[in-house]
Amino acid sequence: MGEIITIIDYGSGNLRSAQKAFQRAAYENDIDVEVLVTDDAELVRKADRIVLPGVGAFADCRAGLLAVSGMRETLEEKVLASGVPYFGICVGMQLMAERGLEKGEHEGFGWIKGDVVPITPSDRALKVPHMGWNTLHKHQTHPLFADIDTGPNGLHAYFVHSYHLVVTKTEELIAGANYGGEITACVGRDNMIGTQFHPEKSQKLGLTMIANFLEWKP
Amino acid sequence: MTLKTRIIPCLDVKDGRVVKGVNFVDFVDAGDPVEAAMAYDAAGADELTFLDITASHEGRETIFDVVARTAEHCFMPVTVGGGVRTIEDIRKLLLSGADKVAINSAAVTDPDFIARAADKFGNQCIVVSVDVKQRLSQGVGGDNCSEWEIFTHGGRKATGIDALEFAHKMVELGAGELLVTSMDCDGTKNGFDLELTRAISDSVPVPIIASGGVGTLDHLVDGVKIGHASAVLAASIFHFGEFSIGEAKAHMAKNGIPVRLDKS
Repeated sequence: MGEIITIIDYGSGNLRSAQKAFQRAAYENDIDVEVLVTDDAELVRKADRIVLPGVGAFADCRAGLLAVSGMRETLEEKVLASGVPYFGICVGMQLMAERGLEKGEHEGFGWIKGDVVPITPSDRALKVPHMGWNTLHKHQTHPLFADIDTGPNGLHAYFVHSYHLVVTKTEELIAGANYGGEITACVGRDNMIGTQFHPEKSQKLGLTMIANFLEWKP
Repeated sequence: MTLKTRIIPCLDVKDGRVVKGVNFVDFVDAGDPVEAAMAYDAAGADELTFLDITASHEGRETIFDVVARTAEHCFMPVTVGGGVRTIEDIRKLLLSGADKVAINSAAVTDPDFIARAADKFGNQCIVVSVDVKQRLSQGVGGDNCSEWEIFTHGGRKATGIDALEFAHKMVELGAGELLVTSMDCDGTKNGFDLELTRAISDSVPVPIIASGGVGTLDHLVDGVKIGHASAVLAASIFHFGEFSIGEAKAHMAKNGIPVRLDKS
């Protein structure tokens, strides 16, 4: 019997492609898992791994998640207390921060020390949102980056965002990208990881990273 | 290490089929948009755009199936445009597997729709697609007007709205990206309207996708270097096998434009 992966549905974004990407990564790597998209906290309680996607504004995503009965408590119980592997994607990653400063000041989960702030490229010709394919550079080695080439000649990840999570503790910054300055691309500690980019849209890099997450034993 | 310029093939889809077909080798069904999407995905396209030109209301349901089947096979960003008029339209497209939606006529008739859509789904999800023509005579729209005007309904209906003013307004309301199509250049194969692309790109903070008129690979380069576009969209030069995505990227790289050359 394979593991159960739950992708949390709280009315935000494009869950079908996330589900398909997790299924594809599992299939290509011979990993036996069941990938469920759910808004049922009870199902999440039974999950072996949890994925929190999210597109849109920080406050809207936060409100959407809090509106799902029992979800916040279940997440904290599973991720903080039980140590179940957690993967936050885009705003699902930003919500791990202490605060989000998009359209007002909003409280995050506080799992990663730091704030979600606007990106401000030093070169005024650079457009915001930071939209498209960029390479990554690692600040820490991490199992989720196994078999992924990083650096200027490495693989590309797909970004689309105007805010990013600036961490307080440097050891929680796993990878960055360059866009008129440093952009936070990946954060993590213990059993939790979060990417600003979209692994489900990042072709080879993304599918490899998802497979690494499915096999991750933090 | 920098953000790469995106090359975006665009597929016109009608009643679930690619209009005019796509002329690739090894195609079982030249009219199947999903097969075309998979081919572009494998070829290294950076994003894909479906433009649904289905006229009938019943036929419009077909696009959801096209998007859903594409999402099963392609792990790349997909934008869908054509007939997007309500929050519900957007939600259905996103749930089917689209990442962004392109809004055209509804942005003109109901600008506030852009604000509501951006609030609901985030600016990054909302592409405003503007069809632009040069004004027939200068000063038609009064003083302080650019030389370009917005058209709707596939370029058939003039609005009198100034293109630059409209672009600003859309970004203010929450557009995360602008797809700028020159109706004068579209189909000519003489290249983008570079002046137009540059005028808009230089005056708004969001990325611009240049569209309309690509006939050669140099046109793609010009769109970026002269037009200041963040992405270039083309249809026929790719569909009919004149150039591959790989050739386009190699040509842009040779001209000093950063492109993504990952092996899939």
